[in-house]
Amino acid sequence: MPETRWNFWNLIKFNEHQNPDGTIQWLMRKDQCMHCADPGCLHACPADGAIVKYANGIVDFNQENCIGCEFCVSGCPFNIPRFNPETKRVYKCTLCSDRVGEGLEPACIKACPTGCLKFGTKDDMKFIAEGRAKQLRDNFGWQNAGVYDPQSVGGTHVIYVLHDATDPERYGNLPSNPQIPWSYTVWKWLFKPVLGTFALFGFLGVIFHYVTSGPRRTQPEPPAKDGANASINL
Amino acid sequence: MPVSTSSAVERFDHKARESFESVGHTTVYRGELLRHPVYTRVLHWMVALFFFLALFTGFAIYLPWLFRWFTPFFGGGPLSRVMHPWFGVGFLFFFGLQALNWFQPMIWTAADSRWMRDMKKIISGEAKMDPPDTGFFNAGQKVQFWEIVGGCVAYLITGIILWVGARTFGRIAVAISYVVHDISALIMLGGIFIHIYESTFGQPGTFQSMIRGAVSEAWAWTFHPAWYKQVTGRDPQQACEEAHRQMTTGSKP
Repeated sequence: MPETRWNFWNLIKFNEHQNPDGTIQWLMRKDQCMHCADPGCLHACPADGAIVKYANGIVDFNQENCIGCEFCVSGCPFNIPRFNPETKRVYKCTLCSDRVGEGLEPACIKACPTGCLKFGTKDDMKFIAEGRAKQLRDNFGWQNAGVYDPQSVGGTHVIYVLHDATDPERYGNLPSNPQIPWSYTVWKWLFKPVLGTFALFGFLGVIFHYVTSGPRRTQPEPPAKDGANASINL
Repeated sequence: MPVSTSSAVERFDHKARESFESVGHTTVYRGELLRHPVYTRVLHWMVALFFFLALFTGFAIYLPWLFRWFTPFFGGGPLSRVMHPWFGVGFLFFFGLQALNWFQPMIWTAADSRWMRDMKKIISGEAKMDPPDTGFFNAGQKVQFWEIVGGCVAYLITGIILWVGARTFGRIAVAISYVVHDISALIMLGGIFIHIYESTFGQPGTFQSMIRGAVSEAWAWTFHPAWYKQVTGRDPQQACEEAHRQMTTGSKP
């Protein structure tokens, strides 16, 4: 199965799916970054400023801040970020953030000749998608037709209308319940700074010991200045 | 209290004493004892070098918002990340040799369990000298040694998973490895403060054992009495009391 690459951000996945009644479906899906509202890549990323979620919902990688640790690859439930071994940095679809910033639509939307891809505010897109899903249910007999906008990642800013929203896996491993590992939320945001501080307390601890108990000297110690002998205590 | 030393420790000490001149040179002055032969010292400082290289590049991955000023020393963030596993390989290689070198004297004994029970008295300085059955390494050193052995196993397994990446081992393996790798690093970071302190300011006279390889006899009978008895054949307590008499009466030895 072909996959997206560091310089290949958009892939139309094609699956020939056989239904229980023997009929087949040709399922096409445009595989790309889903621009999650609660992005797993951003939770996983240790480098501040390398992954940015803009107010308009676009999740973008700033390669100048990326350290190439590839944690985002494991943080992403959609298997999207790709490492470039030459630049040692990670890349993915930007949803043409530069074009959107200039008031233009992303290039993939612009290039789509059939109007299959649409671009706009989330509310507008949800409205169009729900309308299309209703059409599929009412007029074409797809009882389970629905919109793919998984709430486990806070919803996504790329949404799909599926014939069968109960089984997104058939569309080329689209996860029905995308998850972000707890270690990327609890560990990174809470335990990492807290435990790092505790480790540094070790430094303060030995200074504290030196100041309070003082060093342990080789025995016997020289006599104390007032003439009293240093004690030997075995 | 009877002095207990295992024959394995004696063999180690004898071997080190026999072969230390072949790798380099250690001058042991009168009133001193050979503590660490050249091979041990070279290994120690190679381990230390790679430990700190891996630690500083690791900081840059652990909390870049706090430690990103480390990365320019290694050519920037991505290069730090690229070099970190190679520093880890160096650390594991040299510590592996050191672990083989020190395996026998680091074996846990009943004396070490007693040392751990008395640890509070020893750390607070209430006990001026270590317990008479404290051998070549004390229990604290052994705990640190075995912690690093365990940490290295954790580093090796999780490090390979993190190095090869999520696309081979899966997302969850990487997510778990990253936490285990971090915890192991934090334990070693806490340990290194204690290690440096005890070997320099905490017990004056210790640092030269890893620089020149020799320690004073007074250092030996104070901190490793059983080892002192083993290599000199003299009773550490009597030796200490004798030195004390000479010191207070001002007579020359």
